[in-house]
Amino acid sequence: MHVLEIRNVQKYYGSRASLTKALDDISFDVEAGEFVAIMGASGSGKTTLLNLISTIDKVTAGHILVNKEDITTLKGNKLNKFRREELGFIFQDFNLLDTLTAYENIALALSIQNKKYPEINSKIKEVAKELNITNILKKYPYELSGGQKQRVAAARAVITNPKLVLADEPTGALDSKSSRILLETFKKLNKDYEATILMVTHDAFAASYASRVIFIKDGKLFNELIKGDSSRKEFFDKIIDVVTLLGGDLNDAL
Amino acid sequence: MLCKLSLRNISKSFKDYAIYFVTLLLGVAIFYIFNAIESQTVLIDVTSSTKEIIDLMVNMLSGVSVFVSIILGFLIIYASRFLIKRRNKEFGIYLTLGMSKRKVGTVLLIETFIIGLLSLVIGLIIGILLSQLMSVFVANMFEADMTKFTFIVSKEAIIKTIIYFGIMYLLVMIFNTLSIGKCKLIDLLYASKKTEKIKLKNPVICIIIFIISSLVLSYAYYCVSFGVNEMEGANGIFIPLILGAVATFFIIWSISGLLLKVLMHFKNNYYKNLNSFTLRQISSKINTTVFSMTIICLMLFFTICILSSSLSIKNSMTANLTTLAPIDIELYKTVNMTEEHATQYGYSAEVINDSKISINDTLNKLNFDIKENFKDITDVFIYASNDLTVKDTLGNSLAYVKENYPYLDLNSAETIMTISDYNKVAKLYGNETFTLKDNEYILVADFDGWIDIRNKALENNSTITILGNTYYPKYKEIKNGFLNISSNHINAGIFVVPDKAVNDSLKEQEHLLANYKANDEEGKKEIENKIDLIGKENYAKNTNLSASTKLSIYEGSVGLGALVTFIGLYLGIIFLISSAAILALKELSESTDNKERFNMLKKLGASEKMINKALFRQIGVFFLFPLILAIIHSIFGIIFCNYLLETFGDEKLLKSIIMTALFLIIIYGSYFIITYLCSKNIIKDER
Repeated sequence: MHVLEIRNVQKYYGSRASLTKALDDISFDVEAGEFVAIMGASGSGKTTLLNLISTIDKVTAGHILVNKEDITTLKGNKLNKFRREELGFIFQDFNLLDTLTAYENIALALSIQNKKYPEINSKIKEVAKELNITNILKKYPYELSGGQKQRVAAARAVITNPKLVLADEPTGALDSKSSRILLETFKKLNKDYEATILMVTHDAFAASYASRVIFIKDGKLFNELIKGDSSRKEFFDKIIDVVTLLGGDLNDAL
Repeated sequence: MLCKLSLRNISKSFKDYAIYFVTLLLGVAIFYIFNAIESQTVLIDVTSSTKEIIDLMVNMLSGVSVFVSIILGFLIIYASRFLIKRRNKEFGIYLTLGMSKRKVGTVLLIETFIIGLLSLVIGLIIGILLSQLMSVFVANMFEADMTKFTFIVSKEAIIKTIIYFGIMYLLVMIFNTLSIGKCKLIDLLYASKKTEKIKLKNPVICIIIFIISSLVLSYAYYCVSFGVNEMEGANGIFIPLILGAVATFFIIWSISGLLLKVLMHFKNNYYKNLNSFTLRQISSKINTTVFSMTIICLMLFFTICILSSSLSIKNSMTANLTTLAPIDIELYKTVNMTEEHATQYGYSAEVINDSKISINDTLNKLNFDIKENFKDITDVFIYASNDLTVKDTLGNSLAYVKENYPYLDLNSAETIMTISDYNKVAKLYGNETFTLKDNEYILVADFDGWIDIRNKALENNSTITILGNTYYPKYKEIKNGFLNISSNHINAGIFVVPDKAVNDSLKEQEHLLANYKANDEEGKKEIENKIDLIGKENYAKNTNLSASTKLSIYEGSVGLGALVTFIGLYLGIIFLISSAAILALKELSESTDNKERFNMLKKLGASEKMINKALFRQIGVFFLFPLILAIIHSIFGIIFCNYLLETFGDEKLLKSIIMTALFLIIIYGSYFIITYLCSKNIIKDER
């Protein structure tokens, strides 16, 4: 089943005189339970794509369907409902609320959905155990390391059982060890919770954890790699080959 | 170039400046209005005694203006520091681009100058327009007729406003430049990145401090309300005031720590919608602003007390005049003045001679026909004896009085009247008349403070001795009554004794009470003017005859009431604006942080309605918290003010409290609404 369908999406910025085509007629699907990485150089349009899927930005043309529902036509309360019930977010800079404890940060995603406390509590306990953050639930963001913060953010993203988890450069601000732990967590979430994850990254290592990698160049689909039965190491090498082909500043990120 | 940058900055960050600008406008306008009152009063038709009071008021208002300008100065410096903090990053970027600190300082200088100039010009225009309304109010307060309406612009007030605010802006410029000079680039650039450290206070310590400060506060409350009679002198008020202020600080400190802890226990509610977020926001804000919260709370407290008591004072001052000044005129003169007394007060020989004749004769000498002008003439004497001083009358309660009222002059002679004289007066005034046996006396008074002292003595059955004879009190309590007409209850005590108890040698003063022989206000005013003329021309020189008239008492009361009202309004409004502005600026200065947080909530799927509700509550509690504490303080503050104003008679407090509430709701409320709308706007425009 297609969880996400991108249909001929275009996004233009600027005026008629100086038009920037951030996304130029892009189409692809994501199946339920997939872990997809989107790679591309800076300016390739990958963050724009994520913003469109997350309904933070509006398309110029084309359609985006989540569970067969066209989200480009959603407005007002329906849009908020969509965001809080169908999507989970993970950002590069964690975006945890610094006034709340880790526990409260995770709880917020549920309390916005008007869930009752006993349910909230049991769900948090469960996710925290899964993500190995039980012992830091009472701490404030400033007391946590980057990796811990990102795992709290991941817990917040998946606790509502969203159809789609969107991760924007989740390893961007982490050291390699924390990155690895986080990506393992993603894999686990993908497997155990059957969470569909769409991750934007320019880190080939991070991308190698995905089951499929989509490459974007200048707003167009450039290439697609499927992991299939190959090991993570082999998949990583394949990704590097494409990255080399892509050229540009993506190399710098390696 | 720098000038262009400054102008752009102002128009760009106008939203941030809006509250600051409005506050400056209000400050300038109010400053002008109250300083321009003098020129407004020129228009209205008033008598000379009212004119004197107006002069006094103008002088006092200009004195108060200095104080007001200090408060406004602090407010402006505080506000501009907020605005600089908000723009740290912008200045950081200027510096990284190679702009010198001096140039950044200049940009700021130009900005301050432009905003100052704009606010002065617009504020003055608003002030000039509003002061036209003020003249109607002034006329109303002094109960005078507006003879004509002219558009008045007070040049002096304009110049004064410009000078005072010019100095304030100059100080702000100096402060801003200094603060830029001290900045470190790294702090400027990463100021917004600093994550806030949340320190939860130890709840046990919070509870202990809360209990202690509540007790201290209760004691302060007790001191000014039920225990007010034990207060020692005028300085006694400072102790409960300081205790109250300190307790307020610690109560806010401990509540900010406790509130969250307590509310977190109601888990079902805490984890409902955005409640956890809102509560955290509120508590962290109160936590970091305990000191300014205290200041704001105290300012609001003063505002409420000042406004409600100053608005009631005029009512209360005129309310009792019909009973306290039941007749048109009271003339009085010292009888049988001694050489010693004359030299002490610098009276001439003519005055001594004059003191040997009656008031009637003196007036005749001054070509004033008493029969023609006065009716209901009542001529009485008061007596005094060195054997009957305050000390002598207190009997057994002397020790008690000495201990509790150390400032009383116990050696001054008491006032004595004969029963027949007193009854004549009482009859004229419509007061209770009395009968006495040969060895009895009655004590009449209406001054509450003294009634307490006297009653103590009377309870102990204290006797008095006049010319060797002893007299016993007929009643064990004070009887209500008075001789001198006045605007207040000022009779500290008159000993009414049998006629035979005194003789001519004890005669102290002659009092002549009368009503004017006239049928209408016009006629009364004519006689009043004659009395005024005598007072101005002759009798001050050749006699020590004095007069109190109902009309002058009335005008004095009205004028004094108006004076207090104006000063109260002036201070109250400035205090109110200052505290509301500080809160608003504080809230808005954090809107950048809030913007990020609320955006985050939006991404989590919180609806606009939820977010607006959270924002409304957050700002609402921030505004309400110091207000509620201030209102609780004010209940006791007003009780105390009421006690102070007791001599002015019964207050019409409710009316003035409603007026105060209106002021609060309008000024404080609009600051709240503006803050809410501004924050909502800042949060909304994410792109």
